[in-house]
Amino acid sequence: MSHHVLKLGGHALQARADGSLFWPAAGVLCVSDLHLGKSERIARRGGGLLPPYETRETLARLDSAIAATAPRHVICLGDSFDDLDAATDLPEDMRLHLSRLQAGRDWTWIEGNHDPGPVALGGSHLAELVLNGLHFRHIATPDRPEVSGHYHPKARVPGTAARPCFLADENRVILPAFGAYTGGLRVTAPILRDRMAADAIAVLTGRRAVAVPLAAL
Amino acid sequence: MTALPPIFTDWFAARGWALHPHQQQMLHRAADPATLMIAPTGGGKTLAGFLPSLVELADGAHSGLHTLYVSPLKALATDIRRNLTTPVDEMGLPIRIEDRTGDTTYTAKRRQRADPPHILLTTPESLALLTSYEDAPRIFAGLQRVVVDEIHALADSKRGDQLMLALSRLESLAPGLRRVGLSATVDDPQAIARTLARHPDPCPILSADPGPDPDIAMLATQSRPPWSGGGAKYAIPEVLEEIKKHNTTLIFHNTRAQAEIFFHHLWLANEDALPIGIHHGSLSRDQRDRVEAAMVAGQLRAIVCTGSLDLGIDWGDVDLVIQIGAPKNVKRLVQRIGRANHRYNAPSKALLVPANRFEVVECRAALEAARAHDLDGDPRGPGPLDVLCQHILIRACAGPFDADALFAEVRTVGAYADLPRAAFDDCLSFCATGGYAFRAYDKWQRLKQTDGHWHLRDPRAAQRIRMNIGTIQDADLLKVRMRRGNRTLGEVEEAFAASLTPGDRFLIGGEVVRYEGLKELTVEVSRTPGREPKVAVFSGTKFATSTQLSARILDLLNRDHRPDLPGHTAEWLALQRAVSRMPTADRLLVETFPHAGREHLCLYGFAGQNAHRTLGLILTQRMEAAGLSPLGFVMTDYALLIWGLERVGDPAALLDADDLQAGLDAWLQGNAVMKRTFRSVATIAGLIERNTPGPKKTGRQATFSSDILYDTLAKYDPDHLLMRITRDEALRGLVDFGRIEEMLGRVQGVDHQRLHRVSPLAAPLLLEPGKVPIAGEGRERLLEDEAERLMAEAGLGAL
Repeated sequence: MSHHVLKLGGHALQARADGSLFWPAAGVLCVSDLHLGKSERIARRGGGLLPPYETRETLARLDSAIAATAPRHVICLGDSFDDLDAATDLPEDMRLHLSRLQAGRDWTWIEGNHDPGPVALGGSHLAELVLNGLHFRHIATPDRPEVSGHYHPKARVPGTAARPCFLADENRVILPAFGAYTGGLRVTAPILRDRMAADAIAVLTGRRAVAVPLAAL
Repeated sequence: MTALPPIFTDWFAARGWALHPHQQQMLHRAADPATLMIAPTGGGKTLAGFLPSLVELADGAHSGLHTLYVSPLKALATDIRRNLTTPVDEMGLPIRIEDRTGDTTYTAKRRQRADPPHILLTTPESLALLTSYEDAPRIFAGLQRVVVDEIHALADSKRGDQLMLALSRLESLAPGLRRVGLSATVDDPQAIARTLARHPDPCPILSADPGPDPDIAMLATQSRPPWSGGGAKYAIPEVLEEIKKHNTTLIFHNTRAQAEIFFHHLWLANEDALPIGIHHGSLSRDQRDRVEAAMVAGQLRAIVCTGSLDLGIDWGDVDLVIQIGAPKNVKRLVQRIGRANHRYNAPSKALLVPANRFEVVECRAALEAARAHDLDGDPRGPGPLDVLCQHILIRACAGPFDADALFAEVRTVGAYADLPRAAFDDCLSFCATGGYAFRAYDKWQRLKQTDGHWHLRDPRAAQRIRMNIGTIQDADLLKVRMRRGNRTLGEVEEAFAASLTPGDRFLIGGEVVRYEGLKELTVEVSRTPGREPKVAVFSGTKFATSTQLSARILDLLNRDHRPDLPGHTAEWLALQRAVSRMPTADRLLVETFPHAGREHLCLYGFAGQNAHRTLGLILTQRMEAAGLSPLGFVMTDYALLIWGLERVGDPAALLDADDLQAGLDAWLQGNAVMKRTFRSVATIAGLIERNTPGPKKTGRQATFSSDILYDTLAKYDPDHLLMRITRDEALRGLVDFGRIEEMLGRVQGVDHQRLHRVSPLAAPLLLEPGKVPIAGEGRERLLEDEAERLMAEAGLGAL
């Protein structure tokens, strides 16, 4: 299965195995926490010189998701850039790649805690967005129905390694981090548990999208 | 320098002591640039090492640092300071002696830098840190001698490489520096001498009288050893008897988990309530200190331990060493036996306890090798480049440097004597720019070149580099703490903690505890007396049986007459001969047989468990491709057992050397062993920081796994320096492909034995834990099945 269908606010959404969320009826593809420019930011701040390939890897993944779903509108749910300087310093070829992805479709940058301001790139910049009754924002709130990111949820089924995952119940969906250089927060962490209903599920990403009840993790 | 000043001779005479010949010789050779001394423990080795320093310092004319003592253990540095202070005080010598380790207070460290003592006792890591300071030239300006203790334990490791690189630095700061190495008995003293001396200086070797041969035997037991596994519960009554007969017994184990289980059972059977302690690297420092103190005070009759007691303080009262489980390596066995009876000229006494039936043969072979003084050892490759990368960063912390001068300095280290300039430049470029094919960091270089000299772009980076000095790789460890009373018991690996659910019981420090939960970075437990534990898995290093010992085992198996083996073992081997055949050194025995509805293939490679694991992974991959549907495998040091759905008709065809090499290349890249090796290499080279300034983060959201970096490099920059280091290292270490090649080179052909049922030699493998399932499409399907089951169970099946 390349995706698992979630119901949210009366809409059918596809939690895809690659970590993106597709809303076929609205032609919307949503990804969260790309953290573009992460290695550059770490180097700039005097940390290690990590392999500088994560931006092209993340854009290549986004490219595949767009090619597979042909969305009319792409929503990046915040922390798209590791900081605002990383957006400014995006290498020219990456900037061009992004422009190619943006061509012919709407593009929305939702602000995140890492990128709390407008970036000098195409697309609209919003703190949050409401579309057909669904709220799109970076960090989950009690609002519903809501789609958010921020926490980088990951989960482990006994016998396998932890994988990034979606969290979903009838009121909200929390997306996994889409960026190549991102870690995760175990779904067992209270801060995530407390946000979800008792019957919530986790959809593990990887080669297939696999749904597991959150309570069993 | 030959004559001992009167103050010394008087002091010796007052105690009725005389210098040992090797101590006298050391004094004679005090002016030599490098000397290696091989002496058994208890031979007055340390005094021999320090005597020339004490004599040179006796007149009070030297100011500042004179002698640097480096030991692999902090505890040893502290202990030597105490032992040295006594004669110095009693003779009233004007000598200041201090130690400096990770435990030394910040104020003491600052004072030591401003005003160094005459003799400083430290560890390789603390020394590397000292050389990273801008005032290193002043601290080390008057340094005359360096004494490296237990050099045999350092020479085999990256800690030793780091130490020798630091010494090359000191040599430039204090030209004419003299080096002394102190070593236990080793297989190749020349190799250690080359490591110690400044290349190409000569390094004469002094050997102290090794003393009488040790008294080694196998422990005779009422019960027979089990067919498989690593415990030796069956031998507990006899072990207890031996403890009663001796003053203090050290009971060595190969892994921490085995030590814990054995201690647990020993304690349950200890009806006389003999004082027995446990000591291993996962226990809290406090707990280890308590056990060590009790032992020094003679309060313990036995200590169940692991390699954590291989080195260290001289325990005067130990009169018996028991080795549980086959020693895997004769050199280590001999060194462990040396822990017993530190009185010079008294034989050490040791007993071997095989943990299972096959180990009876292995122990017998090790015993013969030890008696024949036939020690084993694998030659080490050239100096590792990840350690060199760290050395370059440390050098940059101390101030601007010239690349040519640093290269010349590094080549004076024995292990780096043949280092090509191109390899050095690769390391320098990695430190400066990351060394990526895609030049990303010209703006944010870590090192920059100004007026021909390299320096840190941002001087504040020095703090981060200093925080990450060292080459010891700890797995991610979590503290284990009692929920009530907050007492810290020790540490377990993060991966093990992740496998626990509340209510699980495991053993730590000999206590059975109940897992309550994870609180921030601490595993919280409570007491549950008297319940059966689920075992703690500590990684500990799993050693493979050495090549030399494996050869001896094969030889022993093929002797017609085996009077030395217990009857149960001799009969078992005779049965193997009757129903199949005995593996030999020059033929590769492969048995195939059906068992429990599956086809099995057992290959007697005698190449060690790491090589067998690699072979298992490659062979099952080839079997998968051939449609033989392998399901899993398990390995020991002597054999590999694979099971699957189809019978293997021609095992020889699977073992073609060229095909195996091709399979290896394809398989290596995505392998977990490579990722683990990469993690350690990347940490040592300074790409990944273990410690960062500021408080430790509790959420793991911000950190991401080094596996991601590995996958990224494999995809975008597969020839990157760190990938090359990782590959070389994995092939020598955990992948151990060299042993597979050695095996294929040794055998002249494959003997395929088709059997109707499991053979006597293969039977124990069926019971062996640690079975490896075959990954691939099957695992994904298993995950889906499990998820589906959980969904159905939760009533969410229709979602």
